[in-house]
Order: sequence, then C-alpha cells, then structure tokens
Amino acid sequence: MNNDVVLTMRGISKQFPGVRALHNVDFTLRKGEIHALMGENGAGKSTLIKVLTGVYSKDSGEIKIDNCRESISIKSPQDAQNLGISTVYQEITLCPNLSVAENMYIGRGKYYFINRREQEKKADEVLAKLNIPVKAAQQLGTCSLAVQQMVAIARAVDMDCKVLILDEPTSSLDEREVEFLFKLMLELKARGVGIVFITHFLEQVYEVCDKITVLRNGELVGEYEIKDLPKVELISAMLGKDIEDISKLKDAKAESTISSNVVYQVTGLSSSECVRPFDFSINQGEVNGFTGLLGSGRSESVRAIFAADRVTGGSVKVNGKDTKISAPLDAMKNGIGYLPEDRKIDGIIKDLSVRDNIILALQVLKGFLKPFTKTEAEKIADEYIKLLDIKTASKDTPIKSLSGGNQQKVILARWLLTNPQYLILDEPTRGIDVGTKVEIQKQILKLSKQGVGITFISSEIQEMLNVCSRLIVMRDRKIVGELKDKELSQDNIMHTIAGGNS
Amino acid sequence: MKEKTALENHLKRFTQSQLIIPIFALLLLTIFNLIRDPSFFSIVIKKNNLGNYVFAGNLISILNGASELVILAIGMTLVTSATRGQDISIGAAAAIAGSVFVKILRANIITVPVILWGVIFACLVAILFCLFNGMLIAKFNIQPMIASLILYTAGRPIAYWINGGATPNVESTLLGALGGFIPGIPIPSPILIVIVFIVLIQLLLKFTNLRLYIQTVGINEKAARLNGINPVIMKLSVFVIMGVCVALAGSMNVCRIGLINHETILIDIEMDAILAVAIGGNSLSGGKFKLSGSVIGAYIIQALTITLYSMKVSSTAVRAYKAVVILLIVILGSPVVKAWLAQVKNKIFKASAAEVK
Repeated sequence: MNNDVVLTMRGISKQFPGVRALHNVDFTLRKGEIHALMGENGAGKSTLIKVLTGVYSKDSGEIKIDNCRESISIKSPQDAQNLGISTVYQEITLCPNLSVAENMYIGRGKYYFINRREQEKKADEVLAKLNIPVKAAQQLGTCSLAVQQMVAIARAVDMDCKVLILDEPTSSLDEREVEFLFKLMLELKARGVGIVFITHFLEQVYEVCDKITVLRNGELVGEYEIKDLPKVELISAMLGKDIEDISKLKDAKAESTISSNVVYQVTGLSSSECVRPFDFSINQGEVNGFTGLLGSGRSESVRAIFAADRVTGGSVKVNGKDTKISAPLDAMKNGIGYLPEDRKIDGIIKDLSVRDNIILALQVLKGFLKPFTKTEAEKIADEYIKLLDIKTASKDTPIKSLSGGNQQKVILARWLLTNPQYLILDEPTRGIDVGTKVEIQKQILKLSKQGVGITFISSEIQEMLNVCSRLIVMRDRKIVGELKDKELSQDNIMHTIAGGNS
Repeated sequence: MKEKTALENHLKRFTQSQLIIPIFALLLLTIFNLIRDPSFFSIVIKKNNLGNYVFAGNLISILNGASELVILAIGMTLVTSATRGQDISIGAAAAIAGSVFVKILRANIITVPVILWGVIFACLVAILFCLFNGMLIAKFNIQPMIASLILYTAGRPIAYWINGGATPNVESTLLGALGGFIPGIPIPSPILIVIVFIVLIQLLLKFTNLRLYIQTVGINEKAARLNGINPVIMKLSVFVIMGVCVALAGSMNVCRIGLINHETILIDIEMDAILAVAIGGNSLSGGKFKLSGSVIGAYIIQALTITLYSMKVSSTAVRAYKAVVILLIVILGSPVVKAWLAQVKNKIFKASAAEVK
C-alpha cells in the first residue's frame, strides 16, 4: 500500500509578513489518484501548491517524492519539473502564436537544431494517445481554451510527470469541455499519474475525485475518502461552520417585498457591442437576473444600462423622469452602480490601497475638488472592511495582494458606499469560495429589503434561483424569454435558453 | 517595549519605502564629498557684483542649478503616472516657451507686469504645444515617446522662427533679480521659485483628487472609466500642468542667462527629467507616484554634476562619470537587488531576534 505513494508533504509551514499562510500542513498523494485540494480563498491551497512547485520556499517541513527516504528541496519551478511535478494553471501559460507541437517541446531538451517534422510526429502520437482532438501543426491560438489546456496537460504528461497539478482548470470551460477534460484526467489516472485537482465547483469534485484534502486558514482540516464526505459536510469542513445559512437565504427571499415604484426603465436600449435593442425595467426592492450562455449578450446588456460601452440608442427613465445616460458617470449620478464581470480588467486598481479602492466611486461622485480627508477615508474603509469582513493586512495594503474573493468584496464595498438605488452585479461570485458566495447573496437580499433594485448575473443557475424573483433569458444577444416567480426552475430556464418553448 | 516596536515599524516602513534608494544615494554623495573636502558644503556670505551680500557655495549651486530640472521632473512624474510613458519634447517645448517670453519682453519696456504677462503668455503657448502631445496620446492612443518625438524634432526649429533666426538677448535688472538674486534676499531666486512651485503643486494634490484620478487612470484606464473618471481629460490635464512646468523652466533659464539660444537652451533636459523620475523610485510604466522621489532625484543629478565639476573633470567627461553613478543607482533600485536586500535584511532580523531570545 505504502509503495503507491508518489508524494508526501509533512508539516509544511510558510509565513508571509503579517500572515501565517500555512501551518503544519500534511498532504499525501498516491499513484493513480485524483485528489481534490479544497478550501476557501486564502485557505492556503495556492501557497501549498507554490511551495510544492518551488515558487515559494517553505519555512519548515519536508517533501518526499516516490517513497524516497531523503526529503528533497525544491528551489525553482525548473527543479519541480525535473522531479516530475507539473502544473497546469487556470490561465494558459503557453504561447498562442506557436504551433501545438512547438508548445509541447519548447524549453525542453538541449538540442540546438529542431527537426520540425519529427517533432510534429512525436506530438501527434502523444496527442492521439490521450485522445486530444488537435493536430500538432495547428497554431495553438486557434484552438479552443479547453484544447489549449489539454495541450498544456499533454506537455506535462510527455515530460514523464508523476504528479500533475491542475489549478482551477475548469473555470473558463463550458460543460462539454469540462466533460472532455475529465475523460483525459481519468485516462491519466489509469496510467498511474497522481493528480491534484483544485476547483471551486463542488459537483466536479464528486464527479472525478477519489480523495479530498481540506484546508482552512492555512491549517489542515483533514483528508477524506470521497464517499465518507457528503457535499454538505465538505462545505462545513471548508467553512468551519454549519451551513444553515444557505437555507436561511431562501427564507429571506420569501420575505422580500417588491414595491411598485419603477426605479429604472428603458425602451429600445442598444450599444456598440451589438446588443439588439431591448426594453427593460426594474422596481424598487426587486432582484432580477439576466441569464443565458456565455456570449448570449447578458453582460453586454447590463453594460449598456450603465453606459459602460457606447450607447447607440434608447430612452431611459429613472424614477419616472426622462434621463440621459451616455457615460458611466451619468449612470452613477442617477444612483446606478455596476460591479463588472471581469474584476481584474474592469474592477480593481491593483496598485492602489484597499482604502482608495473602496472610496473611489463615491469620491468621484463627490467631486474632483472635494477630496475626502485622510481620517474620513480611513473611517469609511474601516467600516466597510468590518461590514463585509474583508480579510486584509491593513487598509493601506495594495488590493492586488488580496485574494480574489476579498478583492471582490472591496469592489462590492465601493458600490455599496455610493448608496445606489439600482445596483448591477455581473458575476459577483465568480471564482470565489462558497462562504463568500453565500455572504454576497445574503448582502443582495439585504439590500433589496432596503429598497434597492438589483440585477444579478451568475453562471451558476442555482445561485440565480436563490436570489432572483424574475429572470430574463437571453440567446444570441436577444431577449428570448422572461420567467417569474413560479416559473423559475432549472428545467424551465434550460428550456428557454435552448429555445424549447418558442 | 511598545516604543521600540513603534520605532521598528517606522524603520520597517522607511526601509520598504521607494524613497530609500534615492535618499541613500544622496547621503552617499554627501559623505563622499565631505571626506574629499570637509568644506564642500560650507556656505559663505560674499558680496556679488551688484553689491548685495548673498550666500554662495556648492550647496547653493546645487540647489540653484537644479531648479529647472526639479520643475520639469515634477511635470514628467505626473505625465508618466497618467500616460504610462514619457514626454521627450519638454526641452524643445521649453525653447519655444523661452522664445515667446523673450519676444514679449523685447516688444515692451521691461517692467514687473510685462514680465508677468510674458510668463503667462509663455505658459499659454507651452500648454498648447503640450496639449498637442496630449491629444496624440490621449485621443489617438499613440505611444507617448513616439507622440512627443514629433515636437522633439520640430520644437527647436519653431523656436528658431520665433526668434527670427537670431539669439536675441534681454537685459534688465528685474530679469537679473529673477535669474539671480533679489536685492536684500541672500538666496537665489530660482530656489525660491522652486519652493513656491512645489508648495503650489502639493496644495493642488491636497485639495483636489488629482493624485487619485491620475494614478487610477495610469493603473487601470478601463476601471477608471467605469468609476466615472474620464481618462482623456485626466491625461490632457497632466499635459496642461506639464505646459506650465515647461514655461516656468524656459522663462527661468532665460532670466538666468539673459538671452535665448534655441539650440542650447535646456538641451537634453528631458533625459535628466526622466532619469530623476526613475531615480526617485517611480515606475516609468505609470501608476503610483511620489513627487518627493523625483525632486530628490533631480537634486541627485545636479549634485553629481557639481561634484564632478569641483573635481575638475572636463565637461565632456562628466557625462561618462554620471552614467556610471546612475547605473549604480538604477541597479540598486532594481527589483532583483531589492528582493535580495530584503532577504539579507530578513536574515539579519531573524538572527538578532534569536540573539534576544
């Protein structure tokens, strides 16, 4: 039994200035095992992986490979690779402008001349063996994201890896592609590769994994067989608390009351991003959602409402009064807030402090000539850091050093602070842990009770069912249906998206 | 015990600050000079040729000589922060502004109001030229260095036309006072002007959101727009400020020398200004900035020049020595060396902590 172990990590600790990232963590990986590494944002998953791949040096503890007696030290990613530890990250780290074969062999071996044909032949063999549907001569950038990810995996496998780390590989894939990836993982498992799988999607864990290791606050909670740990217990292990919260959410939704005052209304709104002109309105205290597949135009629609893209037509009424919204600032002045889909590109100001990031929108509304004093700004920041339980070393910490979930909370704080009457949240829960997701959903319901109109978009339909009382369904940049109250069910939504009803 | 941790925190914050390298460099330069010549920084009072008693000495020459550079380095810092690039046309623009200034002075009898009008008019012209750069950068998304290359090339010829091909001089005791000493005040006027300018800029940064807006635009333009900031206007506004800096530097230099030579006035100053920004620990790819860093950077450059001159290095060779020193400063401030220094510091701290135990 013990002979099967490919990787042992014992008593790993890692300290960052002001933060204890890992404390005495053990991790064991066996041959032919898919092992989920679970935990909230900031639980220490990434740090553990980075220690293992030589990006960080550990403070204490030992790592053993292949049942060797000697503990080894991994000083750089190159070391890790030579030891047979390969990592495929969430963001593709290959070169899109090179061919698949070149990507598979780049930076390996010590040859000075490249026999392109030979290389492509070898690559094709590997790809065929793994059932990856791509030709070696194809340019990588022309492949789908899923295939690119698989090429990265093929590269790792071909380097004779014993330990394959998949860090959130599925977050940018659609369902079919995920299915495909899982097939590949099972194939590798059969060949005896040990796979560490990190994901936020609980269903996926139960679909492919054999074991789960749970971390919380940098400490090991435990290692479990998959069958011994039902989903509910996994969540409570990750959060360290029982999850009555989620059931409470539904009660809260039932209580919410929608007023008859229309906050925002538009007819014939269209933008430069090819959204078909659409009509839309939302009442005080209402939570509605836009749903549809990726690229269906749901994000583009809400961007048009906020004038994030150039608005090309439509007449807007805010609180019944005709209003012109042609730039984000106009929308903000009319009490509209917008939390963008892509936090990194459209949301955070990465080098600025948490404080500056929180006050930004309100400061702009207040005016160029009326800066907050330092004490005012700090008081506001403190208040919201406490209110949303943002985990940060201090309010002067640059936002880029916060974990994804906490960055999202900062952006949420930014818009809550402006005291909007209509708040648009585009994928506020993407890529963040279960605990924060529930917290954000709770916040949404709380706001709606205070009379704020909210538009909520999420890729996870269950989440939208949790909070929305009305769903607008989109397909091909067009609204194809609207579901209300009793019509809201997963099945109904699917059918409407697929066009079954029409 | 508590006091000690507070002190440690201060020390820690200081050592992590971007100002540590420039301050360290300035200190090193000072110590080097003091060892070489203990009286290097001594200030003497002497009578100048107008009969005023004034301060003199190397320290005064450094502070005085760096004035134009300090002003331009401040402008360059703001431009760098907002546009993620540099304006290399400021020397040429200063030549234009200086020429306009001289033109107005020569057309009138030189009085205080005329000088004031001259500066204001030079400002307007300089702002227009800087806005030309700004439009290319903000509206047409041309890389700042390429955009300003146009004015860099055309600027001095334009000054040549304004001057009618000559190097006209202006003489007046008033101008002499502005470029040298105001009777009764022993400190050179350029130093005073720089102090006033720095105070004004600091007030501007304190009582408006300029800093927050510029930094936001420089770090993430898209996010800035979605938070209601207009990136185009912010970028143009830094060029307006740059225009004022350019006009001030150009007019100041004219007052100092008493004539305008469009070929040589503030030649190559753009490179020194960029360097001052970099030595100050500011990222040349925009975003967060510290004006104090750039100001110290400018004084370091001038101190270096004066040190080399006082060592009787010939003016051509000075640049080679300067290059070596700058190389050292830039390497010291590089992320690689910083990371290494942090490691060493950690080890020392740990060792001392272990000893205490």
